[in-house]
Amino acid sequence: MQLLDETIAFTLQSGVGAPVWFGRAADGEELRRFAAAARRFDGRMAAIWGSDERQRDGGFRLHCVFGLNQGHAWVSLDLPVDAPAYPDLADIFPAANRMQRATRDMVGIATTGGDQRPWLRHGAWPADWYPLRHDAAQLASERGDFPNAPSDYDFVRVGGEGAHEIPVGPIHAGIIEPGHFRFSVIGEKVLRLEQRLGYQHKGVEKLFIGMDLAAGARLVGRISGDSTCAYAWAYASAVEAACGVAPSLRALMLRALMLERERVANHLGDLGALGNDAALAFGFTQFMHLKELWLRLNARLFGHRFMMDRIVPGGVALDLEAPALAAIIEQCDYIGREVATLRTIYDEHAGLQDRFLTTGAIDADLARELSLTGMGARATGIIFDGRAYRQGFTPPPPYRMLGVRPATDDRGDVAARVAVRFNEIFESLRLQREIVVSLPDDELRADLAPVAGGAGLGVIEGWRGEVLVGVALDAAGKLARVHPHDPSWQAWPALEHAVMQDIVPDFPLINKSFNLSYSGVDL
Amino acid sequence: MRILRTGILTESMPEAGAWPQREIERLHDDILRILGRALTIREVDAGSCNGCELEIHALNNPAYNIEGRGIKFVASPRHADMLLVTGPVTKNMENAVRIAYDCTPDPKLVVAVGDCGCTGGLFGESYASCGRVSNVIPVDVTIPGCPPPPLDLLRGILTAIGKQK
Repeated sequence: MQLLDETIAFTLQSGVGAPVWFGRAADGEELRRFAAAARRFDGRMAAIWGSDERQRDGGFRLHCVFGLNQGHAWVSLDLPVDAPAYPDLADIFPAANRMQRATRDMVGIATTGGDQRPWLRHGAWPADWYPLRHDAAQLASERGDFPNAPSDYDFVRVGGEGAHEIPVGPIHAGIIEPGHFRFSVIGEKVLRLEQRLGYQHKGVEKLFIGMDLAAGARLVGRISGDSTCAYAWAYASAVEAACGVAPSLRALMLRALMLERERVANHLGDLGALGNDAALAFGFTQFMHLKELWLRLNARLFGHRFMMDRIVPGGVALDLEAPALAAIIEQCDYIGREVATLRTIYDEHAGLQDRFLTTGAIDADLARELSLTGMGARATGIIFDGRAYRQGFTPPPPYRMLGVRPATDDRGDVAARVAVRFNEIFESLRLQREIVVSLPDDELRADLAPVAGGAGLGVIEGWRGEVLVGVALDAAGKLARVHPHDPSWQAWPALEHAVMQDIVPDFPLINKSFNLSYSGVDL
Repeated sequence: MRILRTGILTESMPEAGAWPQREIERLHDDILRILGRALTIREVDAGSCNGCELEIHALNNPAYNIEGRGIKFVASPRHADMLLVTGPVTKNMENAVRIAYDCTPDPKLVVAVGDCGCTGGLFGESYASCGRVSNVIPVDVTIPGCPPPPLDLLRGILTAIGKQK
C-alpha cells in the first residue's frame, strides 16, 4: 500500500504493537519526496539510524522513521559501499540534523551537504573509523590504541556590542547528567543557547551487536534509567514483531501498569523539583515524599524500585496477586488525594505562578516543526498521545481498551508543562485502577524463538514522549542491530528555542520543565 | 494565609515506615559521630544511565533527609569533601572527571556508585568507555547495585568517612 499518496510501497508490520509500515525508498530523491509529504501532513521525523549490511546483502542502509497520523512509516534506503551518502533532510525536518550527524559518526554514512560537524564523536576515536561497522574491531586492532583527544566544537557565535558567552558543563551544578550548554547573552537575557551533547556516549549500540535477546533486554533497560519500562516495552514489542509472537493481554496489562507507574514516579519527582527551582522547598519535600512512598511500593510488589528487567520479550517477568492489586488501588487513591491538595497550593501560590507563567514558552507551530512529541508537545496544545485514540488512529492494546484521555494545555510555557504533568498523574492513576480491576487471567510470558533475519520496530508513549526501538536479527537469531531512540532527540532543540528571550536565572526552571535525558540520546 | 497553610501541611507530613526510619537515624548518628561536622559531596555523573542519579536525589527526600543532618550536595568540586561518581567513565567524560578530581581539595574521598561505577557494569571497557571509575581516578569505597537504593548509598558514604578517620 501507499502512504501520503507517495510512490513508496509499504507493508504493515505484524503483531499487537503500535502500527508500523515498512517501505524502501529507491533513491535519495524518493526519500526526500516522502519526507516533504510527511512534513506537509504534519508528520514528524521520529528517528534516523544507519546499519552496515555488507555481511548480509552488500551495502550500507539508512533507516528513517516518520511519525504519521495513522502510525509510523519506517523507510529504509540502501546505499552503495563506495559512496554511502544521501540527501540532507534537515531543511524539511530540523530534527534530522543531530540524528544525521550521529549516524555519520557511528556508521560512516553521511549527508551530501548540510551540517557536517561531528555529534557523538568528541575525539576519542578517529574521524575515519566508525564503531558500528562490522570490521570496526579489526580495523581498531590494526591501528593500535586511539588517543583520547577531546576536540573543540564549532559553536555558532553571536556578535554585537555587549554580547558574551557563558559556557556551562559538561559537569553541571547539581545531581544531573553531563552535557555542555553554550549561552550567548546580553546582560541577563539569553539570545541563544546551543547544546553540545555526547558526553554520556558509552557505546550502547555497539554492545547490542551479537547479543542474544535476553541480554539485549537487560541493556535496553539501562539506556535511560528513568524510562527503563518504556525502553524495555519498546524493545520487547520490536522483538515480538520480528519473531511473530504476541504477548497475552495479561502481560500487556501488567506492562501498562508498570509504564504508568513509571510515568507517575517521574512526574511526582519533576513537580517537586520544579517547585524547588522556583524557591518553594515545601513543594520539593512534599512531592519527593510521595515519590518515595511510590517507589517503596514498587520495591515491595515488583522487587525493584524502578521495575528494571520486569518487562521481557514475550511478556513480563513477574505476577501480581490480589493483595498486591489491592495495595495499588489503595496507593492510587492516597496519592490522588495528596496531589490534588498540592495542586491547589501550586495553583494559588503567587510566587510560584509568577515564575511559571510565560516562562520558557514555545508554540504548537514550533513543536510541529521540531517533530516534538510527548508531554512537551501536549503542553503546546497538540493533542497527540500514542496511548489515545485520534481520528484515523487506534492505539495498540491494552490502551485500546482503556480509553486514555490525553492531557493538553495550549500555553506552551513552564506553567503548561506543570499543568500537563498534574493532569497526566490523575489520568495515569485512573488507568492503574482500571488495569487492576480488569486484569484477565492468562499466561505471563509467551515462548519466543528468535527468527533469523527478522526485524521490528517498537513504539511506546513513555512519560517523556515517544520511545522507539528498532531491532534487526542476524542469521543466527542474535541481535544484528538495535537502535533505541529517545524523545529527547527532538526535545533538546525545543529547549534551545524555549530559553530565547528569557533570562539566564530562569534556565534551570525551563530545563527542569522539560527534564530531558542525556544518556538516552548519547547512547 | 498561604504561608500559614503551607506551614501546617509541612508539619502534618506523615513519617516514613518504622523499620527504614530507625535504620536511617542510626546511620545519621554514625555519620555525625564519626565526622563531627558537615560533609559536602560533589556528585559527578561520568556516564550513568541516570538510574543512580534518581536514587542519589532520593537522599534529599524527607525519608532520608541527609541535608537535615549536615550532609550537603555542593555545586563545585572545590567546595567538596567527597566525590560521588556514577556510571562507567565514558571516554568523552574522562577529561572532565580528572579535572573535577584535581579541583577537589585534599584530603578528599571518592565513592564509586552503582555496578557501572564499581566494575564498568554492562558497559565495561570499549572504544567509548573507560569502564570502572577506579580506572580513571583513585576510589576509596564502592557502592554496588543497579541502582543502589538510598540506604545502601548512606551506608557507603558512612564507610568512606570511617576509612578516612
